Amino acid sequence: MIKFEGVHKWFKKLHVLNGIDLHVKPGEVVVVCGPSGSGKSTLIRTINQLEPIEEGSLIVDGMDLRSKKTDINKLRAEVGFVFQQFNLYPHLSVIDNITLAPTKIRKTPKKEAQEQAMELLERVGLAVKRDAYPTQLSGGQQQRVAIARALAMKPRIMLFDEPTSALDPEMIGEVLAVMQDLASTGMTMVCVTHEMGFAREVSDRVVFMDHGVILEEAQPEEFFRNPQHDRAKQFLKQLLSPMH
Amino acid sequence: MLKYTFDWSIVTSGKYFEWLVSGLKVTLELSAVGIVCAFILGLLIAVLKMSHYRPVRWIATAYLEFFRNTPLLVQIFFWYFGSYKVLPAAVNEWLNSTNFEFAAAAIALTIYTSAFIAEDIRSGILSIPKEQMEAARSAGFSYLRSMQYIILPQAVRITIPPLVNQFLNLAKNSSLAMSIGVMELTYQARQVESYTFKGFEAFTAATVVYLGLSVVITALMDLYNKKVLNPHRA
Repeated sequence: MIKFEGVHKWFKKLHVLNGIDLHVKPGEVVVVCGPSGSGKSTLIRTINQLEPIEEGSLIVDGMDLRSKKTDINKLRAEVGFVFQQFNLYPHLSVIDNITLAPTKIRKTPKKEAQEQAMELLERVGLAVKRDAYPTQLSGGQQQRVAIARALAMKPRIMLFDEPTSALDPEMIGEVLAVMQDLASTGMTMVCVTHEMGFAREVSDRVVFMDHGVILEEAQPEEFFRNPQHDRAKQFLKQLLSPMH
Repeated sequence: MLKYTFDWSIVTSGKYFEWLVSGLKVTLELSAVGIVCAFILGLLIAVLKMSHYRPVRWIATAYLEFFRNTPLLVQIFFWYFGSYKVLPAAVNEWLNSTNFEFAAAAIALTIYTSAFIAEDIRSGILSIPKEQMEAARSAGFSYLRSMQYIILPQAVRITIPPLVNQFLNLAKNSSLAMSIGVMELTYQARQVESYTFKGFEAFTAATVVYLGLSVVITALMDLYNKKVLNPHRA
């Protein structure tokens, strides 16, 4: 479904992705973790070409991201993206946030798009907020709307870039619950997150990155019980007991 | 002792009143045409100035600097006395059959004001966080569609206060059109003064009307801001 082969990327002189090989199968849930500056956000942003790559090959849902013939807007419509800062459209109500892309890009009739949006809002538990504006919602609610907005395009892949990092602790659970529900439907998901509980319970595979390199790739049980790499051991230790 | 006797009746009824009303009509037409065209042109120039292609940006920048930094009166004279000398005969014939004074004034006001409007809109666009563009692009919208549905609706709201200023300036600047014989409000007030020697009354009337016009434009924009645009945006 997503295939990185020898992918490199530079920001000026900084080598942010240094020979990435990664293969995500349909229906798989992959968690990417690592210290800040490890390149994990850049990695996930290359999948829908918010960041172009400079070397190697990247195939997403059968489309070659380095080919000039690939219609990047079409690819992006098939890939849902959830941001750390939610990025809802502040000038539109909740329901309009969700129906905008389906009606304008997929040309779904407005009534049908609204019915679908209401189903999605039910699913994320926010049907009562259909006419609210983003600024009237809590962070957790905004993120759940953002997930509903991405799902409204019926994507084949969902990408999450630190979806709970900007949230107050008591709101993290509600967003993770929506993501867990989504994973159970068989959606292909790549999540950059530090929520190790989510990684352990929901993901099929954990990818550990540092300095633009994938240092470790393992099943969650294996990764948490017996990390191979020193850097991963240190990272886990710090994550589980930040005081030490 | 003040020897001047006021006669307000000349500006509230009769022939001279009708002159002023016909002048107001032309001023309103000139302002309306100018505001609509200057807004559309300004929007276009703002988008061009933010283009990814350097030559396009250069053209937009040259346009902005040229028209912002030359006097409006000179621009009005240029369009009225200058432009037709380099136009083909057929175009001139057509122009002469229309109201050329009005057209020249409208073109000058539109172009002059569009340069200021473009800069206001551009700073409005720049004030929208770049994450909004990312969110739109990642949903599959093209650059232009992202602008249309997500960035511009937010930018325009922020831009409204400076835009009102530009609209007011345009309405007031339309008085310069009298210099090429457009029979707008100031022209007619001048006429009334010439015929009656009642300069105080004539220009007081013109002043009051311009003031009223400004108040109406401000109120309309305020209403638009409150009712049409989402009141919940932070």
